[in-house]
Amino acid sequence: MNPQHKTGDVILAAENISLSFGGVKALTDISLDVREHELLSIIGPNGAGKSSMLNVINGVYHPQQGQVTWRGKPRGAIHPHEAARMGIARTFQNIALFKGMSVLDNIMTGRNLKMHANFLQQALWWGRAQREEMAQREKVEQIIDFLEIQAIRKTPVGRLPYGLQKRVELARAIAAEPTLLLLDEPMAGMNVEEKQDMCRFILDINDAFGTTIVLIEHDMGVVMDISDRVIVLDYGKKIGDGTPHDVRNNPDVIAAYLGTRH
Amino acid sequence: MFYREAGQFKTSYAADSAILPIRQDRIFIIALLLFAFVAVPGLASDYLLSGILIPFLVLSLAALGLNLLTGYAGQLSLGSAAFMAVGAYATYNFMLRVPGMPLLLALVLGGLSAALVGVLFGLPSLRIKGFYLAVATLAAQFLVEWVFTKFPWFSNDSSSGVISSPVLSVFGITLDTPAEKYLLTLAIVALMALAAKNMVRSSLGRAWMAIRDMDVAAEVIGIRMLRTKLLAFAISSFYCGVAGALYAFVFLGTVDAQAFDLNRSFQILFMIIIGGVGSILGAFLGAAFIVLLPVLLNLAGQLLHGAVSSQFMSNLEMMIFGALIIFFLAVEPLGLARLWQISKEKLRLWPFPH
Ligand SMILES: Nc1ncnc2c1ncn2[C@@H]1O[C@H](COP(=O)(O)OP(=O)(O)OP(=O)(O)O)[C@@H](O)[C@H]1O
Ligand SMILES: [Mg+2]
Repeated sequence: MNPQHKTGDVILAAENISLSFGGVKALTDISLDVREHELLSIIGPNGAGKSSMLNVINGVYHPQQGQVTWRGKPRGAIHPHEAARMGIARTFQNIALFKGMSVLDNIMTGRNLKMHANFLQQALWWGRAQREEMAQREKVEQIIDFLEIQAIRKTPVGRLPYGLQKRVELARAIAAEPTLLLLDEPMAGMNVEEKQDMCRFILDINDAFGTTIVLIEHDMGVVMDISDRVIVLDYGKKIGDGTPHDVRNNPDVIAAYLGTRH
Repeated sequence: MFYREAGQFKTSYAADSAILPIRQDRIFIIALLLFAFVAVPGLASDYLLSGILIPFLVLSLAALGLNLLTGYAGQLSLGSAAFMAVGAYATYNFMLRVPGMPLLLALVLGGLSAALVGVLFGLPSLRIKGFYLAVATLAAQFLVEWVFTKFPWFSNDSSSGVISSPVLSVFGITLDTPAEKYLLTLAIVALMALAAKNMVRSSLGRAWMAIRDMDVAAEVIGIRMLRTKLLAFAISSFYCGVAGALYAFVFLGTVDAQAFDLNRSFQILFMIIIGGVGSILGAFLGAAFIVLLPVLLNLAGQLLHGAVSSQFMSNLEMMIFGALIIFFLAVEPLGLARLWQISKEKLRLWPFPH
């Protein structure tokens, strides 16, 4: 369904990543690469290490072994804010919005890296501070239109239903205009209609802005439908990597999902 | 009915993100400022100016400072009075030791000294949060008090760290009447409140709130934890430092380090809890409440012609504070400012139920 020729060079490569928490091995010797413009899904049973992998990619977790290469250069142990500066944005499995702020302010916060006024200019609401605020507001309004959340822009996010919160979190992530967007179960807990909307947005972001997307999702229908490539994790190990078609017919993957192994 | 934005359509983002987007609010604030600057100095008695309005304004400023740090950036501090003390003693020494030092410059330098100390004691915030951070700021409280009592240099060798107000003059005008002192305080507080409002509605304020609400997500978005937290400590302590200097020299005239003890820190914390955590207005409401409550209780006591002892009245004051703090913490964590907002929302709909 998705043409393979759209994908470009490898922008991120994880090499032999191992991560453990005390005695729990979250990831064991995982290597994977992410190619520019592709929509890559990571699937696997609960506790397989999917979220941990995203946390390694954007510097929240630091693996005990292995390294991550960004655009051909090894990265070392970086902070999440440095990953953001490289152009990596994400959403969280458990919604991580700024509860005390409105939808608009949450999305504006997503653009903080585009704003450079110092605090004195901001205190005086003067020059650059004011110009930036207006310019960024305009961009944020485009995102609000794109994700069809005009009606709730002034609502405190805590008052929104779950599905809309997920959408606002997506808005905040794309506000940074990332090169690589990591989505951790953006459709979990949604009804069919909300899922369809979310799929449409994800595909649009991928198509219209060329944003590379790594998606974690449990709904196999969705994954097989929209992904260019699928990686399968199980008990912290990679057991499959290929097109949706390949992965669906991979005996290891079938076994993992039917629970005949282990 | 009267408080409605009907017919006020925002045609630009500038209008929509204006400091007070609703016209009635703008009119109200302008009228209030005019009243405070023009009418009050002429109308109010010296007691009202020196005994109520000046301490109200000064403590509002300190509460504003704490609210930036605790209410917006989410970093709990019990060191507000310590930062006030640094501001007071530093301003005093700049005035004393630098010939021809203008008052306003000394206030800024005093504020900057407090900011520096604030940053120092803010460093632990990178590792610790909440209750434990509060304990760390408590260290600032005790250390600063001890330093100013112990080392006479800071108080120009006076006994037990007492410092007295230098001559207060601004642009060649000597301020000696309560009305003049009030106007100076009002001007400083109004400007700093405006600056605070501007900061919290721009990217710095959003970064603070982001850290407060969800620190991992804030970092993932690209906010630098260290810089943002320390800036909150610096700016907050600057506000407290200026408030401390005004408290010492414009309000009291003569103070020692005990004027800035832990009780003062708690008093300021209670102001933001009662007034509203994370609200500029809340700092003023909380300060007004805490300054006015004892005055009102005192009045009530006089009306009862000594039927109740003053001892009872001051106990009653503590009980009312205690009850209110529990009420606000448990029922309305956003304080009086939130109650005000709710009543405005009601007023918008009035007289229709929905
Ligand atoms: N911060 C942490 N501390 C301790 N253990 C952790 C931590 N994060 C993850 N783990 C453990 O690592 C393993 C992998 O967790 P992870 O969240 O990556 O799985 P997942 O594939 O995202 O699962 P799910 O589908 O349930 O979200 C689990 O056993 C989990 O308990
Ligand atoms: Mg997960």
